[in-house]
Amino acid sequence: MSKMRLAAFVAAAAALCLGLAPDAKADGHEVKVGVILGFTGPIESLTPAMGDSAELALKEASDSGAFLGGKVLVPVRGDSTCIDAAAATAAAERLVTAEGVAAIFGADCSGVTIAITNNVSVPNGVVTISPSATSPALTTIEDNGLFFRTAPSDARQGQVLAEVLTERGINSVAVTYTNNDYGKGLDGSFENAFTALGGTVEISAAHEDGKGDYSAEVGALAASGAEHLAVFGYIDQGGKGIIQTAVDTGAFENFIVADGMIGDSLIEAIGDDLTGTIGTAPGSASEGAQMFLDHAAANGVDGDGPFRGESYDAAALIVLAMQAAGSADRGGIAGHVMAVANGPGEPILPGELAKGLQILADGGEVDYVGASSVELTEVGEAAGSYAVMEVEGGAFVTKEIR
Amino acid sequence: MTDVANAIVLLTNFVIVPGVAYGSQLALGALGVTLVFGILRFANFAHGDVMAFGTMVALLTTWWFQGMGVGIAPLPTALIALPFGIVAAVAFNLSADRVVFRFYRRRKSPPVILLIASVGVMFALQGIVRFIIGPDDRRLADGARFIIKASEFKAATGLKEGLAIKLSQGLTVVVTAIAVTALFWFLHRTRAGKAMRAYSDNEDLALLSGVSPDRVVLYAWLIAGTLAAVAGTMYGIDKSFKPFTYFQLLLPIFASAILGGIGHPIGAVVGGFIVALSETAVTYAYKKFLRYLLPESWEPSGLMQLLSTDYKLAISFVILVVVLLVRPTGIFRGRVLS
Repeated sequence: MSKMRLAAFVAAAAALCLGLAPDAKADGHEVKVGVILGFTGPIESLTPAMGDSAELALKEASDSGAFLGGKVLVPVRGDSTCIDAAAATAAAERLVTAEGVAAIFGADCSGVTIAITNNVSVPNGVVTISPSATSPALTTIEDNGLFFRTAPSDARQGQVLAEVLTERGINSVAVTYTNNDYGKGLDGSFENAFTALGGTVEISAAHEDGKGDYSAEVGALAASGAEHLAVFGYIDQGGKGIIQTAVDTGAFENFIVADGMIGDSLIEAIGDDLTGTIGTAPGSASEGAQMFLDHAAANGVDGDGPFRGESYDAAALIVLAMQAAGSADRGGIAGHVMAVANGPGEPILPGELAKGLQILADGGEVDYVGASSVELTEVGEAAGSYAVMEVEGGAFVTKEIR
Repeated sequence: MTDVANAIVLLTNFVIVPGVAYGSQLALGALGVTLVFGILRFANFAHGDVMAFGTMVALLTTWWFQGMGVGIAPLPTALIALPFGIVAAVAFNLSADRVVFRFYRRRKSPPVILLIASVGVMFALQGIVRFIIGPDDRRLADGARFIIKASEFKAATGLKEGLAIKLSQGLTVVVTAIAVTALFWFLHRTRAGKAMRAYSDNEDLALLSGVSPDRVVLYAWLIAGTLAAVAGTMYGIDKSFKPFTYFQLLLPIFASAILGGIGHPIGAVVGGFIVALSETAVTYAYKKFLRYLLPESWEPSGLMQLLSTDYKLAISFVILVVVLLVRPTGIFRGRVLS
């Protein structure tokens, strides 16, 4: 009897293990890639198009037939929530253990990306490439060479914003930032750069997301006497609430926003009062950026928006690194990301993944350029070019690239 | 002279106007809590979420009206959806009483048991609201936005500071005034209201005089549900509807009710305004205000802010603790919470 039981137990345990960790490579044809973005939460209006852009790159590689001798890439989505580190870790854990993904595209917001890198990517040895996590803290994270990002660090964005403001003769601002890694990081880098250029930050106050009422926060910001308000927050959250309240009470008329606040839904919510707002977001006016827009439009994806090109590029890097490694084993990918992202080699633009895959299959070298002119620094993050935008006629219009 | 006018306008715009609107919303909420306490003798923790429930129904009805193209512009559509919210909140209160509270009342359970039961009702209701409409932030307001715009005020008066009064803020104050007047008229002029006051004052004596306890309890839930739906919807029109913020409102509402004297309707209204105005006044930065009033050489270098806005919620806590320590009966000598 006990032998029977033991046998049943072993069988059950084996079945359970198989059930819980089906090997993605087992059927030899599919390669799963995790797509973790905040499909709910403070940037839920930005993420669907980011996910579509990334999946466009995966589909392109699958359709080419050249990926690892004709294998198919299957995206598996997970919800990072953007703000809840525990939920994001659980979602990533599920992708890695239950779905058996070969690599992770994501996450989006800095806090959850740090959590996923520390708790899931590094312990499991899974490469993670984020299109939009911009906290300076990720530059120095202990990632064992597994974390990359196609978005530049906010240390650079703060610098760019400070330069733009100084050149326009604005030398006194009030700053409010969302109380998390992203907000604090950007606030710190902006304040350092702005002060070094001779500007004054009259007040720098955090705001909590998800509150009903921001009149007290805006009252304090207005009391500083500054005429310009810089908002480093989220478009669907406190950032919008602050700008709305500031406009309603007449506290500020001039706004400066960073990448988390740039999007059409902000203009829809606030209206004409936003005209003249200055903003920065990662982006470039290169040949690749235009090619990406055309390529996305041809495939039914709206590529014109924040972090969409970066998303395509991050997914493309995952694909090319797998091809360069010659297999979709987790271990091999990390070592080839830098080689495909930077020169030497044949430049690869959006829509040319088939060509890149073929070159790699033939033993050649590629230098992926993509939509955002990808060039990774030695810690594996984009060196960063920023689009300086201004609200004109009800839309964010790109003024210059720096 | 213009400096003094500027200073007054500045303070009105950032402290008094938002404080009065928020105070009205708290007053309505605190009235509901205080009435339930007066009649049923327990602190109803589910009240904040009943507000959310009523507002949710008003919001769903608003969408329905908007879909049909029905509106009362420039006033927000939510105002005509409000009766539906009131019916829903009252219906919920009555069924909660039937299913939960009546059982404990008949057993003559001590107030603390009813209080804990109300926490259970609160959690169940939070689940229901999130199940139906989800946890997201939603807008209730439509129609015109302002009574006075800051830029128009500046142009009209020639002052440097603007004064903005939102339509939702004006509406909140008007609706609160109507609701409070109607409530006091009911309590003091009608038989049912007098029976309620008698029951609240001395239960045994009221019963001996032929007051029907079931009737009184029914009225208490009816009024509490109505006030909750009105308070919630006005808060939603003025700010936005997010279930979690309604739960967070519970603390300032209780602080208002206890500060005014729990079980005492006038106290609830006064308490609501005091708590709201202290929240806005304590977290306001007075630098600009003082710059208008003081000679230039005295200009403050700091922000002159007593507490950072992060601590806004803590002010209700402080008021609550101080009142319970110094004057547990509240301003208007209500009951002592047991």
